[in-house]
Amino acid sequence: MHMADALLSPAVGTTLWAGTVAVGGYASKKLKERIDDRMIPLMGVLGAFIFAAQMINFTIPGTGSSGHLGGGMILAIILGPQAAFLVMASVLTVQALFFADGGLLALGCNIWNMGFYPCFLVYPLIYKPLIRDSQNSGRIVAASLVSAIAALQLGAFSVVMETLLSGNSELPFGAFVLLMQPIHLAIGVIEGFVTAGVINYVQSARPELLGNIAAVSSLGAGISLRKVMITFVVLAVIMGGALSWFASTHPDGLEWSIEKVTGKGELREAERGIARVLKGIQEKTAFLPDYGFKPEGNDLKKAEAASAWPGIKAGTSVSGIVGAVIVLGMIVLIGMGIRSFRGRDA
Amino acid sequence: MTFDTLYFDIGRLDRLSYRDTFVHRLDPRAKVIATMLFLFTVISFPKYEVIALTPFFLYPVLLLTVGEIPVRFMIRKIIVVSPFAVFIGIFNPILDTRTAAVIFGVALSAGWISFLSILMKFALTISAALLLIATTSFPGVCHALRRLGFPALFVSQLLFLYRYLFVLMEEAMRVIRAREMRSFGTRNTGIKVSVRLIGILFLRTVDRAERIYYAMLSRGFQGDIPTLKRSHIALSDLLFLAVMIAYLGAFRFFPITEEIGRVALELF
Amino acid sequence: MSHHIVEFKDVFFRYPDGTEALKGVNFRITHGESVGVVGANGAGKSTLLQHMNGYLMPTSGKVIIGDLAITGKTRREIRKKVGIVFQNPDDQLFMPTVFDDVAFGPLNLGMDEATVRERVRKALGMVNSLDLQDKPPHHLSCGQKSAVAIASVMAMEPDILAMDEPGANLDPRSRRSLIMLLKTFKHSKIIASHDLDLILDVCERCIVIGGGAVVADGPSAEILSNKGFLEENNLELPLSFQVRS
Ligand SMILES: Nc1ncnc2c1ncn2[C@@H]1O[C@H](COP(=O)(O)OP(=O)(O)OP(=O)(O)O)[C@@H](O)[C@H]1O
Ligand SMILES: [Mg+2]
Repeated sequence: MHMADALLSPAVGTTLWAGTVAVGGYASKKLKERIDDRMIPLMGVLGAFIFAAQMINFTIPGTGSSGHLGGGMILAIILGPQAAFLVMASVLTVQALFFADGGLLALGCNIWNMGFYPCFLVYPLIYKPLIRDSQNSGRIVAASLVSAIAALQLGAFSVVMETLLSGNSELPFGAFVLLMQPIHLAIGVIEGFVTAGVINYVQSARPELLGNIAAVSSLGAGISLRKVMITFVVLAVIMGGALSWFASTHPDGLEWSIEKVTGKGELREAERGIARVLKGIQEKTAFLPDYGFKPEGNDLKKAEAASAWPGIKAGTSVSGIVGAVIVLGMIVLIGMGIRSFRGRDA
Repeated sequence: MTFDTLYFDIGRLDRLSYRDTFVHRLDPRAKVIATMLFLFTVISFPKYEVIALTPFFLYPVLLLTVGEIPVRFMIRKIIVVSPFAVFIGIFNPILDTRTAAVIFGVALSAGWISFLSILMKFALTISAALLLIATTSFPGVCHALRRLGFPALFVSQLLFLYRYLFVLMEEAMRVIRAREMRSFGTRNTGIKVSVRLIGILFLRTVDRAERIYYAMLSRGFQGDIPTLKRSHIALSDLLFLAVMIAYLGAFRFFPITEEIGRVALELF
Repeated sequence: MSHHIVEFKDVFFRYPDGTEALKGVNFRITHGESVGVVGANGAGKSTLLQHMNGYLMPTSGKVIIGDLAITGKTRREIRKKVGIVFQNPDDQLFMPTVFDDVAFGPLNLGMDEATVRERVRKALGMVNSLDLQDKPPHHLSCGQKSAVAIASVMAMEPDILAMDEPGANLDPRSRRSLIMLLKTFKHSKIIASHDLDLILDVCERCIVIGGGAVVADGPSAEILSNKGFLEENNLELPLSFQVRS
């Protein structure tokens, strides 16, 4: 599942972008040191392959709904972690641009969730130890299943955390996790079977192929676990730092429990003599005086939230709605104006 | 969505990006930066902000009209986008039921307002991303990324992906058609058959990569993919960025919409 | 000039899966000759061409270009001299725009910007495709792709030109201009094709491949008019020799 821009806060978006850029930079540097020229077109074309493979839908047994390949795990198995991460990053970038899947700010999150976990955590820590150098097809199925499930669970959990830390959703932690993890268990099982199926098919149709690619990428087995762990720890610290800064400026974002209603609606009087219609509307229309919805009795939070984005007045009124309608009307008029002007041109 | 519409949609978006309008002629770097600033500004609004978001629709509308992008096509693209944000946002009205406003005598809960805010942010961010790619050719975006400091290796991946996206999708389409033709009406979309198809596609892809590599070698490839610089930042690009920053800053930090409303109310 | 010579000496080639694609190929092409290579599907034409700049290395035997035998070490040098246009233009055009693609070779040869632009202009001009330069290859028709693929090789100004099915997918007018182009190319050229009229038009010499070996080698006019022999090799008389019935 793609994380979406609309659910994201700037702090979370930036943090994950930073983490993704750091890992991406590390991966390209590592690769550049000893890449075989052959890998450059291969990686690019495999990115396109993941896309094309995603077009091949299949019915998920027993449910009737259809699924498709995610790709992170199969790339990691074929290309090794560094190259796979870069390919996955390009696949997700193209998805963000051409399908607007997720969006561009959430792209950092999505590369992290769907690239980092399968390539740098699951592949070296789960898949490799499970498979060793065996080519036994049963073993490949088992290892792929476990790996794909693990990668998708990590990804799904990250989506939950990113959404909740951003603070735009009211879903409580527990319910959100219960919503996301089981869906991704199913997706993971499918991903695992498809991954294993393709690897096994290739293994039987062209036994030499995967070995050749591994020899060219030459990084597959040689990945240093220690380095991965160090990178991970460093990134975790960076993230932790950023998140705690974020938590201190946006305390609400960390509050997962639903807050109870505090205070009552307070109708605002129309002040001046204005047109009757508007007056009528205004009599029936009002906002809570404190449109920021900070729970009362929590002055600290209120003060901090107010200081986080200076210049934004918390309160608003009917003039806001009128303004919004006027602004949208003007935008539509501008759009239609340009359009008809162009039309006359042509 | 079926394979064909998906395929033709990408193709259509791609073709739009090679048009020649004022927006298309702007330097890709300027457009990438402007888009990122726009997105950042939009999502920086707090959870319950609705009114202050309205002026931000001006940017997509301008791109859409000046860039001569078909409106209906864009709206359809926005609607078919993965609805994850909407799906998660819909819980807000259910869970956050404090009354926040009374409009025309109808009580509106805070959850609806935050959900509306998510929807608006959704529409704004998605349309900004789609319009970036509809008004800037993908190679243009890639060159912009390269010159903004992204690693060369990553950018060349992107370029290869783009170059062979359409070629491989057509290949996938042929494979799928062949499957449909031979399954005689029973929609033979079981996982086993699909895995086999993906496997075949994979083998063909690897062979193709090999042939591409040969073609590259025959033209002197030595590990780097050279390109000539093509675009230069022009005055119009700087102007575009300046106007963009002023626009974003003004509507982000000053409650202009509300002010307009107040003035309008006073006029009556 | 000795470096425009192409010589195959007893070349055998076996694909990894065991297919014996070449079984003792022998011929010598001297400077300035233009040679057509014909043969049925699967005869080994593409395999043969891919030996000319070392994508495939003979299982046994020797391929000599100029005065260098192709080895792992001399490959890179030889690739600058031999330009090959492949059968499938999609694999040949790997850059995102036509301009970038044609510029790829010259840039790799280390030329400066002005020279590169000049080369691109000239090469695209040769195949009447100057107006395509900003397009991405996937917006081109098949024939346009073939034309650009030829330009991208011509931009390297090779000494020896090898082409695999250059005429396929071209409309009559483009095919005609391709023939004119090939006629103006003064260096050695080798053209594998099923378009026997094109071979007859462009090449004075013709090599017929059958089952991985040379079954005939001589003047095109002679070989391509021998109906019985051509039919033995799953080929037909060129249209220009066929009497309409
Ligand atoms: N990559 C490969 N692996 C194994 N066998 C191959 C491969 N490529 C070609 N062959 C086999 O080698 C033989 C010669 O093929 P080649 O492609 O050279 O024929 P061709 O003369 O170019 O045919 P066409 O006219 O169809 O292009 C054929 O039997 C073919 O099946
Ligand atoms: Mg061939």
